Amino acid sequence: MSNILSVMTFLPILGVLLLLFIPKESKGVLRGVAMLTTIATFVVSLPILTGFQTIADYQFVENVPWIAAGPFAMRYNIGIDGISLWLVILTTFIMPIAVLSTYTAVEEKVKEYMICLLLLETGMLGAFISLDLFLFYIFWEVMLIPMYFMIGIWGGKNRIYAAVKFFVYTMVGSLLMLVALIYLYFLGTKAGITDFSLLHFFDLKVDPATQTWLFLAFAFAFAIKVPMFPLHTWLPDAHTEAPTAGSVILAAILLKMGTYGYVRFAMPLFPEATHQFTPLIATLAVIGIIYAALVAMVQEDVKKLVAYSSVAHLGFVMLGVFALNEQGVTGGMLQMLNHGVSTGALFLIVGFIYERRHTRLITDFGGLSKQMPIFATIFMIVTLSSVGLPGTNGFVGEFLILVGAFESSLRWWAVIASSGVIFAAVYMLWMFQRVMFGELDNPKNQVLEDLNLREIAIMVPLIVLIFVMGVYPNPFIEKMTPSVKKVIAKARIEPVATAKVEAPVAVQPEAAPVQPAADKPAGH
Amino acid sequence: MEINVAQLFQTINLATIMPEVILSVVGMALLLVNVFVPSKSKGYLAWLSLAGLVAAGCAAASGWGQTIESFSGSVVLDNFAIFFKIIFVVAAGLAVLISDQYMEREGCNHGELYPLVLFTTVGMMLMASGTDMMTIFLGLELMSISLYVLAGFNRASVKSNESGMKYFLLGAFSTGFLLYGMALVYGATGTTRIAKIAAAAAQMQAPSTMFLIGALLILTGFAFKIAAAPFHMWTPDVYEGAPTPITALMSAGPKAAGFAAFLRMFLVAFPTLQADWSDLLWILAVLTMTVGNITALRQDNIKRMLAYSSIAHAGYALVGFTAANSTGTAGILFYMLSYAFMNIGAFAIVVLVAKQGETNGNVQDFAGLGHKRPALAAVMTLFLFSLAGMPPTAGFIGKFYLFSGAVEAGYVWLAVIGVLNSAASVYYYLRVMVFMYMKPAEEEFSWVSVSAPITLALVISGLGSLVPGIVPSYLLQFAEAAVKLI
Repeated sequence: MSNILSVMTFLPILGVLLLLFIPKESKGVLRGVAMLTTIATFVVSLPILTGFQTIADYQFVENVPWIAAGPFAMRYNIGIDGISLWLVILTTFIMPIAVLSTYTAVEEKVKEYMICLLLLETGMLGAFISLDLFLFYIFWEVMLIPMYFMIGIWGGKNRIYAAVKFFVYTMVGSLLMLVALIYLYFLGTKAGITDFSLLHFFDLKVDPATQTWLFLAFAFAFAIKVPMFPLHTWLPDAHTEAPTAGSVILAAILLKMGTYGYVRFAMPLFPEATHQFTPLIATLAVIGIIYAALVAMVQEDVKKLVAYSSVAHLGFVMLGVFALNEQGVTGGMLQMLNHGVSTGALFLIVGFIYERRHTRLITDFGGLSKQMPIFATIFMIVTLSSVGLPGTNGFVGEFLILVGAFESSLRWWAVIASSGVIFAAVYMLWMFQRVMFGELDNPKNQVLEDLNLREIAIMVPLIVLIFVMGVYPNPFIEKMTPSVKKVIAKARIEPVATAKVEAPVAVQPEAAPVQPAADKPAGH
Repeated sequence: MEINVAQLFQTINLATIMPEVILSVVGMALLLVNVFVPSKSKGYLAWLSLAGLVAAGCAAASGWGQTIESFSGSVVLDNFAIFFKIIFVVAAGLAVLISDQYMEREGCNHGELYPLVLFTTVGMMLMASGTDMMTIFLGLELMSISLYVLAGFNRASVKSNESGMKYFLLGAFSTGFLLYGMALVYGATGTTRIAKIAAAAAQMQAPSTMFLIGALLILTGFAFKIAAAPFHMWTPDVYEGAPTPITALMSAGPKAAGFAAFLRMFLVAFPTLQADWSDLLWILAVLTMTVGNITALRQDNIKRMLAYSSIAHAGYALVGFTAANSTGTAGILFYMLSYAFMNIGAFAIVVLVAKQGETNGNVQDFAGLGHKRPALAAVMTLFLFSLAGMPPTAGFIGKFYLFSGAVEAGYVWLAVIGVLNSAASVYYYLRVMVFMYMKPAEEEFSWVSVSAPITLALVISGLGSLVPGIVPSYLLQFAEAAVKLI
């Protein structure tokens, strides 16, 4: 099948069309159709995994004209490489789990909920496979809409505030990125570029001063999505209020859009600016790691704690990615997947106890391990994976990131970030202890039922992955390595090379600000 | 000057003004029909006017690709005019479709409404076709006078009366500016033909003061008509008081007509002054977007909210105007057409939600709509996302084009201010959705059924807001072709 990527991406839309014709009373059918659609999407995505060749090139490429008018040409240009491959698989893998998790959690407006989930899947997959900047932007924005409704309609008490905040925050960033994207395009047309295909822009030598502005615009949009300190404030709200499936998808996939954006777009497109901003971004990443860990420690709400742990984990990813060496970027990529699996699992776990007790306050629990042994075991495994215990997936990613950062110019950042690992162990294990151990003194907790078969079925694939990726991460790393190397080659200005061209580079920033000033009549 | 009548008639080519002729004839016929057909329901008039509009649209579209001048070069039918005529047909057609149910409910279902809508459309069409300041002025007056009547059409309603009166006074005032400016430009150049003004201006070593002041006054006059800040004060009251279908028409049609004449005057007659007016437009654009959006944030009444949002949208269009390149101007054309679809669509929903006497016109009254009437809420969501400029809607492509024009012309900061405004606007559009989907209904819905014309209007405007967002090429190419000639 030559258009397997399109089939995979738009299969959920087919599911949406089916759902539209099913009466909203027949909840079982609605859930079944959504479930089948996501499973089918996963199945379709498997040949992509098996057929993926371990090379740096884009594969399964589809490239047809889409919009052509005036100075513009946009193409429906999609394909995957080692950077996007695993994120695509992660998406198709998490979605059935997310759908399955809603079976008892969502009783109202099931139809709309399932439609949102499926639209979201198309949006996310589309963003990961787009090789045309304009197409990417469309998918990037489209994702917002279903997520907004999921938080706003099915969320908790403060859901409307959280949903609007999520939407407006992300929108501000992405609109600035849109201007940068247009500016980049017109820079390109002067150099003979005729469409928005990403590949063209890699070869475009943008002068460093312009790069700074463009990078800032892209980086701002992605930083909001990651989210990086200090732009992270929407995340705890969104996570706390979102329904379980929403949180799972938000943590497992949507946040990866930000880090993916850096690796795919911001860094290779603007290498000089990347070099220039590396200390700043690394500093923010480390602040994020430490700050989020400290805030997580004092949370009373389990879900909020997990949300802050997300901020810390993503800080690690950013540190690794900006180390810009093979270990660092590979570690960052791997940690994105790990975070998707572990934090996705943690949100599911929070969902399980919330469904039973309708509270998430740590103080309402205690001693649950006596009442729910299966749950306790699963929770333990996931917690340990989240804190990065050797043998689980979390360890491999964090280790590679720290090694990479340590060997790069970010050595001291790595040293400070390492303390974040200890903090993570503190807040996660302390939370686990307070929830699971101790006296089972709350009468409401004494009647809790252990996980049922459906819930175990949800967790098993995640647990398996936690161990597989922890013990034998090589298959994952192997497939991404050539692409990672290519990204590094593009995004990195070799220290030796910079020394050689020191003179012209030093001159250019002097001359360069004049040119944008003439281009942009700010006082015009 | 001796006028040779025979020679004058030779310059008349009726094909140039065929759409206007059709609409005028249909309009006058409908006036008669209305008198002689003893029917209480006026729905049939809506369908007849729609037929007239479609015929006029076809007549206009058939001239695509050629440029026919007539009346000694004071009227032209070129791609630019045709594109705008299609916009007017869309706006008037949709407004006509949503009128019947509304007017029936408000108890002012008088047959004169439809001819008046057709006459105002004729005025708009003349504005788009006019290549002489007099033609443009006549078109403007025909459009405005019909609209003054339409704004106050609900005679029993104080608000509607206020709206008509206010619109009339401020409209007359702004027309004064425009006419005075035209007089000065005529004085400075000795001609009212747009093309000849440009030629005369090119001869000038430096633009004379009279010419500059004339151009400035014309700019002011048009700024009033398109409701650009700080000349927007009339908009909210007029929009709120006028019957909703008329508000819908006013927000899309006359605004587009204003832009049509504005563009033609400034791009054709005053290119020599571009350095001066682009500075002014830059300021106007920023003010208009910002004032519109910030004020819209605080509105509870949905018609007022949409009124302020329409100010903001004029600001986005001004961004493309400031750029004054083909991308920017084509963006205006594309945007005005999409805006007609999405905004009138939104007003159609407002018509359905409101109750007799214009009550239930607040955002809060949309509470629970998403569950009781999911289809209506879904199309409203589409319109709102399109207004907010979210992909994959026509509103997004339009904004993309406008801001691209600005970036291409070097106005990067203007584009940045534009997108930030756009982000702010998201808040108040989302607010409607918050009520529709996330708040429970406060009272039971006691809704009239959705009539066939409104259903048709919703389908058309829904498709018009969505399809150009996914496959925009054709429409964009038409818009590009339309601005090539001026």
